[in-house]
Amino acid sequence: MSDHLLSVLIFLPLLGVLGLVIGGRQISDAGARRITLLVTLVVFGVSLAVLGRFESADAGYQLVEQASWVPGIGLQYLVGVDGISLWLVLLTTFLFPISVLASWTVTSEVRRYMIAVLALETAVLGSFLALDLILFFIFFEAILVPMYLLIGGWGGERRVYAALKFFLFTMAGSAFLLVAIIFLYAQAGGGTFDVRTLADTAATLPVETARWLFLAFFVAFAVKVPVFPLHTWLPDAHTEAPTAGSVLLAGVLLKVGAYGLIRFNMALFPEASKHFATPIMVLAAIGIIYGAVCALSQRDVKRLVAYSSVSHLGFVVLGLFAFTQQAVTGGVLQMVNHGLATGALFLLVGMLYERTHTRRLDEMGGLAGVMPWLLGFFLFAVFASAGLPGLNGFVGEFLVIIGTFAVSHWLGVAASVAVVLGAIYLLWSFQRVAYGSVREEHRGLADVSAREVAVIVPVLALLLVFGVYPKLLTDAIDPATARVIEHVAPDHPTTVVTGVVVADEGGGG
Amino acid sequence: MIALLLHLAQAAPTGPDAPIPTPSLVFQPILPEIILCVAGILGMLYEAFAPRSWRSMHLAVALAGLFGAGLAASKLWDWTGAPFVMGDTVAVDRFSVVATIVLVIVAAFGCIYYAHEAGRDEATFQGEFFPLILFATAGMALIVAANDLIVVFLALEILSLSLYVLTGMGGRRSNEAAMKYFLLGAFSSAFFLYGVAMAYGATASTKITAIVATLAGQTGSQSLALLAMGFLVIGFGFKVSAAPFHMWTPDVYQGAPTPVVAFMSAATKVAAFFALMRILDVGLQPLTWDWTPIIYALSVLSVLTGAVLAAAQRDVKRMLAYSSVAHAGFILAGLTSANVVGIRAAMFYLIAYSVMTVGAFGVTMLVAIKTEEPSSYDSYEGLAARSPGLAALLTVFLLSLAGIPPTVGFIAKLTVFGSAIDAGNWPLALVCVLASVIAAYAYLRVIVRMYFREPRGDVVDDTSVVPQVAGLVLAVAVVVLGVFPRLLSGIIEQASILRW
Repeated sequence: MSDHLLSVLIFLPLLGVLGLVIGGRQISDAGARRITLLVTLVVFGVSLAVLGRFESADAGYQLVEQASWVPGIGLQYLVGVDGISLWLVLLTTFLFPISVLASWTVTSEVRRYMIAVLALETAVLGSFLALDLILFFIFFEAILVPMYLLIGGWGGERRVYAALKFFLFTMAGSAFLLVAIIFLYAQAGGGTFDVRTLADTAATLPVETARWLFLAFFVAFAVKVPVFPLHTWLPDAHTEAPTAGSVLLAGVLLKVGAYGLIRFNMALFPEASKHFATPIMVLAAIGIIYGAVCALSQRDVKRLVAYSSVSHLGFVVLGLFAFTQQAVTGGVLQMVNHGLATGALFLLVGMLYERTHTRRLDEMGGLAGVMPWLLGFFLFAVFASAGLPGLNGFVGEFLVIIGTFAVSHWLGVAASVAVVLGAIYLLWSFQRVAYGSVREEHRGLADVSAREVAVIVPVLALLLVFGVYPKLLTDAIDPATARVIEHVAPDHPTTVVTGVVVADEGGGG
Repeated sequence: MIALLLHLAQAAPTGPDAPIPTPSLVFQPILPEIILCVAGILGMLYEAFAPRSWRSMHLAVALAGLFGAGLAASKLWDWTGAPFVMGDTVAVDRFSVVATIVLVIVAAFGCIYYAHEAGRDEATFQGEFFPLILFATAGMALIVAANDLIVVFLALEILSLSLYVLTGMGGRRSNEAAMKYFLLGAFSSAFFLYGVAMAYGATASTKITAIVATLAGQTGSQSLALLAMGFLVIGFGFKVSAAPFHMWTPDVYQGAPTPVVAFMSAATKVAAFFALMRILDVGLQPLTWDWTPIIYALSVLSVLTGAVLAAAQRDVKRMLAYSSVAHAGFILAGLTSANVVGIRAAMFYLIAYSVMTVGAFGVTMLVAIKTEEPSSYDSYEGLAARSPGLAALLTVFLLSLAGIPPTVGFIAKLTVFGSAIDAGNWPLALVCVLASVIAAYAYLRVIVRMYFREPRGDVVDDTSVVPQVAGLVLAVAVVVLGVFPRLLSGIIEQASILRW
């Protein structure tokens, strides 16, 4: 078994899907919930086993499994994990049981809902672990269907529109990816889709060709991240999705895009990555500011959090393409952080909505007096998202900003401004929800239930743990990011500032 | 009957007094066609003379004939005799064996569908359906093996005439569709025949293997051969419903009885494309540089027209008709690679498409029976709540048609795009991939209605076991072949060698 640990991890949720499908209507709603929770918890356990066997010092792929799949065209079943994918996998397996628990309030078609959730987990984990380009593409595309069903089946008022937009945007982006993959494969002589081998092929391509291929890959992942101006599907999808859908979209799915940028764009096309670094960083900076400004002007709290995602993901992309050690590590860290912090925000907004049945800021107010615990948790998540020192959001943003300053002052300044804007819109929205006069119909609302505590507290605990001691994460991330930078920009200034030092400074400030 | 026709076609007089040469006849290679025709004739006799025709009897005869033909075809897999028989007019190769087996399977599904559909209302049952399907299948099985353009034409007429009648078997709208199909089909046959004449003028032969030998040796003007190529491609363009020769497709698909559409959408494409491959990749192989740009252009036109118009439909059968235009374009994209890679890609796509489209039409036959417009999108609203099984099946087929992994549709798209890029046509591949995004929108519109809308009260679906099991078999095939494409591609690799 242990030799196939990653396969177990990927396909265990699919086993759950099979169980739920075969069980059919004999499975009660409660049964479907419990089965799904159990499966996702076991998957989380397996991912901890992966963590246990992971060698932090090793910058290469570990626990690699390789098997011929379609020998005729050299398609392989090839999976492996490294310091970058490790934390994204753990983030995924951590957020899924949380999301399932948060979905206890879903009452229509529970079994189908849970099938979609489990299928989504397999697709996401497969995307993070696949090292064969077509295998990756298959998982990447397979994400669309369950997510489409989740948004379209259990979402808000404009769910069908949002689901369709999400599906088509992402699929249009990945169209370019598919053509680029096959082109690369043909250039390599048609032997394999192994990303490690294709990196060697890509190095021999003419510069112009490699740049075009880079752009094709970039479009696919930029839609997913999303990079400004390809972000327009995100506010709709996030806003209309059910709570668990928003959590998983923000926490996990967006990361697939950013992950693709590191794993494929940078590994395959180092020259082009450097060539296009400046325009991409500018787009990222525009996205950071634009997302923040849009968030400032939202009246729908869920939409506000969605736009804050655009802003935060801008930090990730900015960091990744700065190609300094701090910035890239910060970017990867920010991926994990954003997943947790924004996930927490969506969970809490979902809880608020279930009580007040509104997402409009001007229809809430004074809730801190009604539900002190819930709003306390909300404040905690707001602080983490705003990058308060001592909580995790700070570390990633800080690393990205200092890493960016080493490359460009202007972009560093732009990013710093956005941090301030972030604090404004987050605290302002909190203020409008928590303080002021409470509406008559909101007076009797119940505070958090035991289930909701179980949903939110683990996430908040991690926000604190990773804020105080980010070395937990950076130890495994650093070797892998160092390898990326070595590959793309060996001549860049790389002074290693580990997360510990930063956190200490943060604690002092 | 076929043998006789072949014989006549073969016996071209070489002079007023010369004795008519009689080729040695080996019947085993055309045994599938003979079995199909015999079964068809038996069905007609039964229909004509039995005091009362039973559906199950007709079905049994048809299925037995199809099974026998499939068996006879599979015996040819390890054929060690001459590569060309019946006076070099029929090729015996694994290429045609694969096609024949696919065709009889598709025909079997068509027969099962019809037997079920007609069972709902005995008054609508017409026993001639089964013999006509068998004759059409015989024509298709012959066209994929034909090595002589005259035989191709004969086979084309056999299958077309059967299909014209089949199309008209379902009432007034169906008659109109049949008329349209007949007129345009006859038009395309004329084009094809003119192309045959041109080919004869250019090379003094109608045998595909002789044409390639002559063309390869020619150095002068090839304008006649080029004209021949153009006309032949137009003729086939109608049959495979490639844009801009697709005009008949939506009306015929919407008007014809659903079992007929399920059969013809898959089988006609398989037959016509296999024959086209033999003509292009063998007969006109020396003109590769001339025909690839034409195929390229047809492909671009077809994928864009098909996808865009499919997205604009409000009727499932019409949508599937336009999507079949787009799929013809995808297959043509694979054919722009004029070698074994392109042939394999097209073969894989055709088989994958057959599975998906037969399955999809099978479901449309069951949805919203007894309503005025059973295939309009309105009838699909809330299907998932009404009949979850049917909705799930149709979803699998639609996702596969859209090319979403892990379905066979994805692998099929992967192989044709790979083949196009392999031939250096990456802009074409890009157009195709973008068109498939537009097409995905068309399929999603149906899925939206099935899953995200409330059912309407007065609509009833047919949830009988037999057609649902048939659909389930196809859906399982869609997924299994999507995860283990080797099951199919292994066979195709052995069957993609065209001898000449």
